[in-house]
Amino acid sequence: MALHKRSAVSVVFDSCNTVFLAVLCITMLYPLYFVFVASVSEGNQLMAHTGPLALPLGFSGAAYKLVFNNPLVVRGFLNSIHLVVVGTAVNILLTSFAAYVLSRKNVYWKPVLMIMAVVTLLFERGLVPFYLTVRGLGLLNSHWAVILAFAISAYNMIIMRTYFTTIPDSLEESAKIDGANDFTVLFRIILPVAAPVVATMVLFYGVSRWNGYFYVMIFLRDRIKFPIALILREILIANSADTMMAGGDAGSMGDHENIADTIKFATTVVATVPILLLYPFLQKYFVKGAMIGSVKG
Amino acid sequence: MAERDSRVTTQLLTRPRFLGPGYLGMLRKDFARNRTIYLMAVPVVAFFLVFYYIPMFGLVISFKRFTPALGVFGSPWVGFKYFEDFFQSYFAVRIIRNTILLSVLSLIWGFPAPIILALLINEVRSTPFKRSVQSLTYLPHFISLVVVCGLLLEFSQSSGLFNDVRGWFGGEPISFFQDPRFFRSFYIGSDIWQEIGWGSIIYLAALSAIDPQLYEAATIDGAGRFRQLRHITLPSIAPTIVVLLILRMGNLMTVGHEKIILLYNPTIYETADVISTFVYRKGLLEFSWSYGTAVGLFNSVINLALVVMANWISRRVNETSLW
Repeated sequence: MALHKRSAVSVVFDSCNTVFLAVLCITMLYPLYFVFVASVSEGNQLMAHTGPLALPLGFSGAAYKLVFNNPLVVRGFLNSIHLVVVGTAVNILLTSFAAYVLSRKNVYWKPVLMIMAVVTLLFERGLVPFYLTVRGLGLLNSHWAVILAFAISAYNMIIMRTYFTTIPDSLEESAKIDGANDFTVLFRIILPVAAPVVATMVLFYGVSRWNGYFYVMIFLRDRIKFPIALILREILIANSADTMMAGGDAGSMGDHENIADTIKFATTVVATVPILLLYPFLQKYFVKGAMIGSVKG
Repeated sequence: MAERDSRVTTQLLTRPRFLGPGYLGMLRKDFARNRTIYLMAVPVVAFFLVFYYIPMFGLVISFKRFTPALGVFGSPWVGFKYFEDFFQSYFAVRIIRNTILLSVLSLIWGFPAPIILALLINEVRSTPFKRSVQSLTYLPHFISLVVVCGLLLEFSQSSGLFNDVRGWFGGEPISFFQDPRFFRSFYIGSDIWQEIGWGSIIYLAALSAIDPQLYEAATIDGAGRFRQLRHITLPSIAPTIVVLLILRMGNLMTVGHEKIILLYNPTIYETADVISTFVYRKGLLEFSWSYGTAVGLFNSVINLALVVMANWISRRVNETSLW
């Protein structure tokens, strides 16, 4: 390259490319930035404003005050943490069991298990029968419905198995000679060595547990059990004013209307911040994970 | 790996002792030796049986008049009644058309987008800028659908951001989600916004695997950047593109309900209602259990056929397949 003088066309292309990609990045970030800026703006000024925002209009923490005093939002946040922590733990445990069994050499019935899992990727189980099954198990209106019903994703299981099969046998053989059983081998040897894939799985499962709304919506009845995603849906999509104001001091708020928009944005921020905070840490893993996934077993 | 797996299966299936006492003996001996493996497999097998195979068996209610009181077994058989009802209804044409249109349009607009992005990122010389573009474009993939759809609805209101900007150019405000004409563009546009970066990862990986010597040789031969793109870059990532395209074809009749349910409303069912959302509404909201299941089963069977076909073609073309 250094020997060549870059042609004019090449220079123009590079400039356009840089500008285009920069604009694209702004498009990716701006909606999130807008939400944040709008959430700390004065409700009245936000109502009167048209067009994009560059900076907050005035500054007010009123919306956040209402959001943090709203028992549904606070409970929702805690419920989401419960679903993510317990749900992801179950995911990792069962998925690594499955992946471990499928990566053993001496398990002669493992094709049967593999076929059993792959069929679930090819043929949908049917929404109504799935619902009826969960209902039949008496799991309706319980967090366990979603925790257990999505304990293993066959897709993630295959990613994990692929990774496990690349771990040299010699590692576990020495442990086996020392009398370790398969649980010890999995937890003490395989999982620590497979830390990158485990981190990827934690990310994939954790994010989908945090963000998932549909199955919690059909399985849970009591709003006190709803995760934040579902509360957010009521506020953002169904525009439910009583969800927004739940527990709020309605009497002192003559300007319901004015603050409604800022509440929407503040709740969105509260529901999105955990992911944004974790994103930089998890980033180094998921690219690798996405790669293993797309190459498949 | 896969080769050995299949050999083991055929061996097991062809040996007569598979079902004989010898097989059971083998199983017993194997169990004694690998007890912990069996212990690990029990919850896994139980999971797939309970949450996938029991519901799959439950699909028989498509052929029965299911009522919760009588249960799956007690409800009377009605044959293909619900399938006939569906195909004779006005909805059949509408939701099948919407499903196919939405998925074909998503393919046309959404499939090339990540390829183009990957090619553009690949041309960037500054590594920090390249990294930042990648990090920022992957980000929306992790944002909740509820947030994405909520903001989309918020911004497309007649007093929302999109209309404010249109107003600068003299456009009259439009309630985009009250008018069936706009649904597809907004659905596909927001999909591209959310997934373009994530989708580009696999192409960037394919691009980084290209031998730099090829480019050096081409430069010495006097090939410009455009010719390098045409004769080195594109041919190198063509296999990846073909595989992903074929796999995508297998999903031609699959449009998920999760996003649409957040976005649509009765005024735009005309373009927004697809098979999966219809199944959800009929089956779970209107309690037409059997009818909803029948429509879903029809869709699943077609999807299965499409995936199997796509996989077969993929194996022919590329010697790559899902199984």
